Amino acid sequence: MSTATYARYEVLRTFRNKRFFIFSLIFPVTMYLLIAGPNKGEGDLAGSGISAPLYYMVGLIGFGTMVAVTAGGARIAAERTVGWNRQLRLTPLMTRSYLSAKVMTGYLMAGVSIVVLSVAGVGLGVRMPVGRWLEMVALILVALIPFAGMGIAIGHLFTTDSLGPALGGITSIFAFLGGTWFPITGSGFFVDLAHALPSYWLVQAGHVGIGGSAWGAEGWLVVTGWSIAMAVAAAWAYRRDTKRV
Amino acid sequence: MTTTTITQTDAPPEAGITITGLEKTFRGPGGPVRAVRGVDLHITPGETVALLGPNGAGKTTTIDMMLGLLPPDAGGVSLFGMTPQAAVAAGAIGAMLQTGQLIMDLTVREIIVVMGSLYPHPLPVDEVLDLTGMAPLARRRTQKLSGGQSQRLRFALALVANPDLLVLDEPTVAMDVEARRSFWATMRRFTARGTTVVFATHYLEEADEFADRVVLMAHGRIVADGPSTEIKARVGMRTIRATLPEASTAALEALPGVASADRRGAAVVLTSADSDRALRALLRAHPQARDIEITGAGLEEAFLEITGQDDPEDEEAVAA
Repeated sequence: MSTATYARYEVLRTFRNKRFFIFSLIFPVTMYLLIAGPNKGEGDLAGSGISAPLYYMVGLIGFGTMVAVTAGGARIAAERTVGWNRQLRLTPLMTRSYLSAKVMTGYLMAGVSIVVLSVAGVGLGVRMPVGRWLEMVALILVALIPFAGMGIAIGHLFTTDSLGPALGGITSIFAFLGGTWFPITGSGFFVDLAHALPSYWLVQAGHVGIGGSAWGAEGWLVVTGWSIAMAVAAAWAYRRDTKRV
Repeated sequence: MTTTTITQTDAPPEAGITITGLEKTFRGPGGPVRAVRGVDLHITPGETVALLGPNGAGKTTTIDMMLGLLPPDAGGVSLFGMTPQAAVAAGAIGAMLQTGQLIMDLTVREIIVVMGSLYPHPLPVDEVLDLTGMAPLARRRTQKLSGGQSQRLRFALALVANPDLLVLDEPTVAMDVEARRSFWATMRRFTARGTTVVFATHYLEEADEFADRVVLMAHGRIVADGPSTEIKARVGMRTIRATLPEASTAALEALPGVASADRRGAAVVLTSADSDRALRALLRAHPQARDIEITGAGLEEAFLEITGQDDPEDEEAVAA
């Protein structure tokens, strides 16, 4: 009896799914090259203090990983719709192992997304010490925790039919308001709103690249708060769904 | 007065499957539907039991509660001395549910490997592939299987668990005659190991041929329970109708194989568990009988026969 086999095949299954690849990998890389390519020489993007290639690299890593991690959990919706998780509920597989396989798969896809976009970034002239790069990746992985919970919640609340629009809509809003597509600077309502979103801090991880502290207390507080809230939402959605059977 | 120990924690776990006072009511659009209305059942290890009944008899609801997928409103289930949840966690259950498709992006072999990996004592994957005839399709992706092949694969997923209790809910429902025959042949080979099997069906022939024991369900209750031959005699009734104005019903009832005789004007209606025998006797005694019609009472009619004198609440229950 081993849940490692289950997790391994879950990953294999995900990597065989073409749509998953397109949205969490090919789309962000293409967008990166299209947006950052022509602005290669821009050293300080819209007052953010970060060069365009670095800013968009982190921005699109943020987008790609967010989609990957959220979609990882949202795959539960497809399995619920065809009755597969009823079948799994008759096996000794524990819910915890089932969900962690989903999260792990999302993170692995996110890892691939990070590597591919980093390579593209280097191609466009992004340079930083390895230590900073690793620190940046670590912050990104932490900022993805709320999205893992969100994916599980979405997976239990939506059906296959409504999943696409729900997933696309929610991740787009978070990406847009969080500054994936353009730097959020200055002050005002949208800036305050952005500061309260985990996607904003995901993108802010890029500040490490220029030697600054990326998050500070505010960032850690927001990311922790969202992590807890999304974990609660995931647990609630799971219970609501399994009660009905 | 000295010590009298009354702790019985060391009592051996009860063997087999015990269902007591099981009840379930669903809220339907036309009011409550009492799908299961007090089911009691004991199954000893190694038995093959058919739950036979028409649609809406409560078979699937009973199975879902037996597996712990649905909480009962009243009553309880013990599987080998455990709750359904504990038995599932222990890997003692293999099941093929009525509904449910397979996940995509894995091959036939891979999905069997994954399922097997979740159980403590799985069957070897190759053995399962051979047993279910899936070996030639082992490398095919699940989304490229036909309906019948998917059904066989779902059966393979229940077998790889190598369970103590195998539960099959209408396993042959979408199969043609040939597929059905090979399915039961596989089952026979598998149950030779002593696995306890419970399957739901609405085919009397399947229950008769394959089960040691048939539990007949109608309107959420068990209406008969016994060896398949006994049940077959009760529900396998056929009706012979013939135009025969001159014969007395008493004489007709005395014919071999005839269970009852009725007169409807010029016609007589005979019921029989062995219509071949009854018909031969009828023609020998009354060669002038004409317009002969034989109708096999469907399960549905047979159930009505058995449960005909039941309480008036029955109508609401069938609505499911």
